[in-house]
Amino acid sequence: MQAVLLIDFGSTYTKLTAVDLDKEEFLGNANSFTTVETDINDGLARALAALKTRTGELEFREQLACSSAAGGLRMVVSGLMPELTAEAARSAALGAGAKVVRTYSHTLTSPDLAEIREIEPEIFLITGGTDGGNKEVILSNARALATTDLQCPFVYAGNRVIADEVSEILKEFDLTVCPNVMPRLGELNIEPVQERIRELFLESIVYAKGLSQVEELISNIMMPTPQAMLKAMELLARGSGRVEGIGDLLAIDLGGATTDVYSMASGSPRLSSTVIKGLPEPYARRTVEGDIGMRYSVDGIIAAAGIERVKEISGLDSDSISHWCETLRADPAQLPDQEEIEALDFALSCLAVETAVTRHAGHLEEFYTPMGQVFAQSGKDLRGVRKIIATGGSLIYSSTLNNILSYALYNPQDPGSLKPEKADYLIDKNYILSAMGVLSERYPDIALKIMRKELLHE
Amino acid sequence: MDKAKIVIGVIGADVHAVGNRILEYAFSSAGFDVTNLGVMVSQEEFIAAAIETDADAILVSSLYGHGELDVRGLREKCDESGLEGILLYVGGNIVVGKQPFAEVEKRFKKMGFDRVFAPGTPPEVDIYFLKKDLGTLTEAEREAGKEIEQYNEHAEVGYAGSSTD
Repeated sequence: MQAVLLIDFGSTYTKLTAVDLDKEEFLGNANSFTTVETDINDGLARALAALKTRTGELEFREQLACSSAAGGLRMVVSGLMPELTAEAARSAALGAGAKVVRTYSHTLTSPDLAEIREIEPEIFLITGGTDGGNKEVILSNARALATTDLQCPFVYAGNRVIADEVSEILKEFDLTVCPNVMPRLGELNIEPVQERIRELFLESIVYAKGLSQVEELISNIMMPTPQAMLKAMELLARGSGRVEGIGDLLAIDLGGATTDVYSMASGSPRLSSTVIKGLPEPYARRTVEGDIGMRYSVDGIIAAAGIERVKEISGLDSDSISHWCETLRADPAQLPDQEEIEALDFALSCLAVETAVTRHAGHLEEFYTPMGQVFAQSGKDLRGVRKIIATGGSLIYSSTLNNILSYALYNPQDPGSLKPEKADYLIDKNYILSAMGVLSERYPDIALKIMRKELLHE
Repeated sequence: MDKAKIVIGVIGADVHAVGNRILEYAFSSAGFDVTNLGVMVSQEEFIAAAIETDADAILVSSLYGHGELDVRGLREKCDESGLEGILLYVGGNIVVGKQPFAEVEKRFKKMGFDRVFAPGTPPEVDIYFLKKDLGTLTEAEREAGKEIEQYNEHAEVGYAGSSTD
C-alpha cells in the first residue's frame, strides 16, 4: 500500500482524506474543527487520530493540502466598468479560488479607500481599460492606492500601455504586472493573473496567516480550497488524456454562509443565429453567492426567492417560518431534528439551489423584431449538461437530495433560464472533490479513477 | 501616433450583420482601432465599450427603420457617463418611410449627433469625415475629399423599409 494523506484546512473543519495509490482507491476520511487560534496542527492531529480509528494505522508517503482557513484567500478587485473589466477581474479572482470581498468599479473614492483599509485584503487586483483604452481612471486608482498603508501584494492586470506608470506610482508596494484581463473589449485573458494569484498564495499568504509553527505542514499547502474543487471538476469533466472524463457537468456546494456553483461546459448557443451578449465565460466557471446559505444566509434565500415560495414548498405558515429562521440564526449549529425545521430546511435547500444555479446559468431572451423572432443569449447554455454533482454538508447528508437537486433543472415556467434539462445526480458523499483536486497535481490519473469510483460507483 | 479608436455596432433589436462587418473591415483597413459590438447593441453597451476602450467616436448603425427611437437620449447618457464631447455618428436606414434627408439630418443633429449619414453612404465617406473631425486628414486626403464634402448635400431621401432585404 502507498497511502497519501490529503488535507483540506476549511474555515470550520479540517477534513482528511486518505487514498491508496496502488489500489487507486479511497481509504477513509475524518474531520475535526480547524484550530486557527492555536495552531492548525492541533486540529489536524485530532482529525488524524479519528481517521486512524477507521482505517487502522497508516504510513503516509506524502501529505498534500489545500486551505480556506482563516478567511480563505481574501481579495479585493477593481476595474473600470462594472460589466466589463470589473467583472473580468472578479471572475479571474473567483476562478483562482479567492474569496472576493469587494469589487470596485470606476474611480476609487476616499470612502472606498477607507473601506479597503478596513477589509485588509490579502491581494489587491487592479484592472481597467482595454490595451490602449482608458488611462485616467486606472492611474487615478493607482495614485489613490499609493496613499494607503496597505501591506498586501498588488497585481496589475489592466491597460498595458500604462503598466510602467502604474509600477512607478506603486513602487513602494509589492506589485506584479500581468497581462491585461481584457486586452480587447469582450476578450478575456484571465489565466496569467490566476497563475500569479496562486504563486502569491503559496509564496506569502499561507505563511502570513501564521496558521502553524510546523513549517512542513505549511509547505504542504498547494492551493486555496475552491481552486482544488475547480481542478477536480475540470479533470472529472475533461479526463486526463489517459483516463476518460464524464463530460460537461454542473456542481453545487451548498454551505452555511455561501453557495458555490461550478460549471464545466462551453455553454455555446444551440442555434448559430443566436446573438451573444455580455462577456464570454470560461469553460471552468465558478460563482459564489454570498447571500445564499443554509444557516448564516437564510434571510438571503428568502429575500431572493420570496416568502411565498418558502411557504409553498415547506407547507409552513409565515409565523412558523420566522420563528424557525430566528432559531437557526441564533444557533447555526442546529441540525434538522424536528419536523418543522426539517420542512423548512428542505424548502430553503430547494430555493438556495434554484437561486444559485439560476444566477450561474446563462439566460436566453426572445425578441420579436421587424426581421422576425431573434434570440439573444448571455452566459452559458447549460441545457445539455447531463451530470449534476452535489457536494457540501447541507446537501450530501440530506435524505431528500433528489428532490432538492431537481430545483437545479430547467423549468418550463422560466424558459429563459438555461439550466440542465435533465441530469443524473452524483453525490460527493465522502467529500473527496477538493482532496482529489490536490491529488491531481501529482497523480491526475489516479485522482480521476478514484472520483469515478466514488461518484459513479464504477 | 496611436491609432484613433472607434466603437461601432447596430443599435436596438436590429440584426443586420452584413453591413456591420463591412464597416469593421473598411475602418480597420483605414487604420482605425475598431471595437465592433455587432448587432442588437444597447445604448449602455456602446457607452461602456467607449469608456473602457477610451474611444474617440461612437458610430451607430441602424438598418430597420426604428433607429430614431433607439438612439434617443444617447448623447445625454454619454454626457452623464463622462463621455462629454465624444464624436457620435449615425447612419443607415434610420427613419421610417421616405423622408427628405435634410430634415432627417436636422432631427438627428438636434439629438446630439455630430454626423448623420444617408442610406447607401459608402464607407469612404464616413472615413473621410471621421478623419476630418479627428484632425488627422493628410493633405492628399483633404484634396481628394472635396467631392466627398458634397456627398451628403446630394442625398435627398432617407428611406427605410420595415420589410427589408
